[in-house]
Amino acid sequence: MANSCNLLFAGFGGQGILFAGKFLAYKGLIENKQVSWLPSYGPEMRGGTANCSVIISDDPIGSPIVSKPDVLVAMNLPSLEKYENDVVAGGKIFVDSTLINKKVERTDVDVYYIPATKIANDNGTPTLANMIITGKVLKEVEFFSMDNTDAALKKVVSARHLDLLDVNFGAVKAGYDFE
Amino acid sequence: MSEKVLMKGNEAIAEAAIRAGCMHYFGYPITPQTEVAAYMSKRMPKIGGTFLQAESEIAAINMVIGVSSTGKRVMTSSSSPGVSLKSEGISYLAGCDLPALVVNVQRGGPGLGGIQPSQSDYYQSTKGGGHGDYHNIVLAPASVQEMASLTVKGFDLADKYRMVAMILADGTMGQMMEPVSLDVEKTEPVEKPWALTGTKCEREHNIVNSLFLKPEELEIENFKRYEKYKYIEENETMYEEYLMDDAEVCVVAFGITARVAKNAVNEARAKGVKVGMIRPITLWPFPKKPLMAAAEKVNSFICVEMNMGQMIDDVRLAIECKKPVELCNRVGGMIPTPEEVLAKIESAAKNGGAQ
Repeated sequence: MANSCNLLFAGFGGQGILFAGKFLAYKGLIENKQVSWLPSYGPEMRGGTANCSVIISDDPIGSPIVSKPDVLVAMNLPSLEKYENDVVAGGKIFVDSTLINKKVERTDVDVYYIPATKIANDNGTPTLANMIITGKVLKEVEFFSMDNTDAALKKVVSARHLDLLDVNFGAVKAGYDFE
Repeated sequence: MSEKVLMKGNEAIAEAAIRAGCMHYFGYPITPQTEVAAYMSKRMPKIGGTFLQAESEIAAINMVIGVSSTGKRVMTSSSSPGVSLKSEGISYLAGCDLPALVVNVQRGGPGLGGIQPSQSDYYQSTKGGGHGDYHNIVLAPASVQEMASLTVKGFDLADKYRMVAMILADGTMGQMMEPVSLDVEKTEPVEKPWALTGTKCEREHNIVNSLFLKPEELEIENFKRYEKYKYIEENETMYEEYLMDDAEVCVVAFGITARVAKNAVNEARAKGVKVGMIRPITLWPFPKKPLMAAAEKVNSFICVEMNMGQMIDDVRLAIECKKPVELCNRVGGMIPTPEEVLAKIESAAKNGGAQ
């Protein structure tokens, strides 16, 4: 089993890209791993593309910049087109297939198509597509599991919105269980 | 050790400053350091401190001069264009021998430049920035933990030597989150008999001043300051050595580029290339001695910087040009990739000492 995982979350500003990355970072912290989280910042936060680099590792982390992701989570078409070719051979790409019609062209990576935005809408939680697709990451990437999801959510869901803990957990679980 | 929390570098600076006893913050928002000000605006009112968003960077640094004159710990923060505006005030702080912490979370320049990370204020920070003969103690964190610990260290050094300590970070260090322990060690508070605290008619007036119209007096002030600088160079230099024991190539990098370069060093080592790294933690005083010692052993040096080649001058001076020094750089907000650094390391290793 690999001793580290470099992830790149990418999509539109407002989809919860940074939040999903923060959730995984906190989960890693709780599990006594080394973690780093680096967001894109500036004008792209205000409606354009947003992305964040997350590294979870058993060893000390060098550069926090993920230029060759093991895992790419693409939540819009521009992100998939921009980063598809950066993924390492044998890596995994998670695609929100509600928002992206295009298929991944690479043949040397594992691809998972999840209609995350549709599932989120159907569940009455339209803002949680990010956590649904993250749930699928927890399932398919050997380095991760559902362990400590509750505890990590408690760290990232703000104190004012503790009522949203359960729906966030439900979204992660829905993604994890999606076949 | 306390529980580790995930924090942005900018937030870690702000929280560490408060824990170091800084109760006064003056600033003005600018990307990518705005979280320092935002954090202070939330926390300072709750602990009876001062958060003041000044009308400009120039106003903020002059407020710092005022508070520092009274002996209180005080700071300001900005990003590159804002630090240029503060430079006059920083020179006045130096001329008055006043302690303060100034944070620069660098972005690309010159001018308004961009908002992405950069290290192109190296000259400005280490060679002056403002007018006159002076230095700042310049600290270059390479992790969120160091953003916190060097902030505390900066206040201590500033008080101890009555001068400006500067945290020279960049947009990446400011924006990234890493686990950080905020159990900061506080040193003994420094006595400040020079501070303007009111004489209560019990002592002579203290005077904080940078104006000396008699050249004989001003010369003595400069000489005294440089005696102090000499002592600091001998006693306060900080650096990290990585895999230097058998290294034939020495990478020199600070801050975020040291993180990138470390990846490249590890990859090169895996390929059997004998390479190590020296990471200056203090940029002034610059770690001349370990570099000179390395020059006796290695064949060549590589400076990795996010500027057009600024620290490389200090490396060449430190090693008295005994060995070739190559530059590996990106600018304008671009960050060198580990692959770019690795390619440079491999070509340097292949060439031996030849230029």
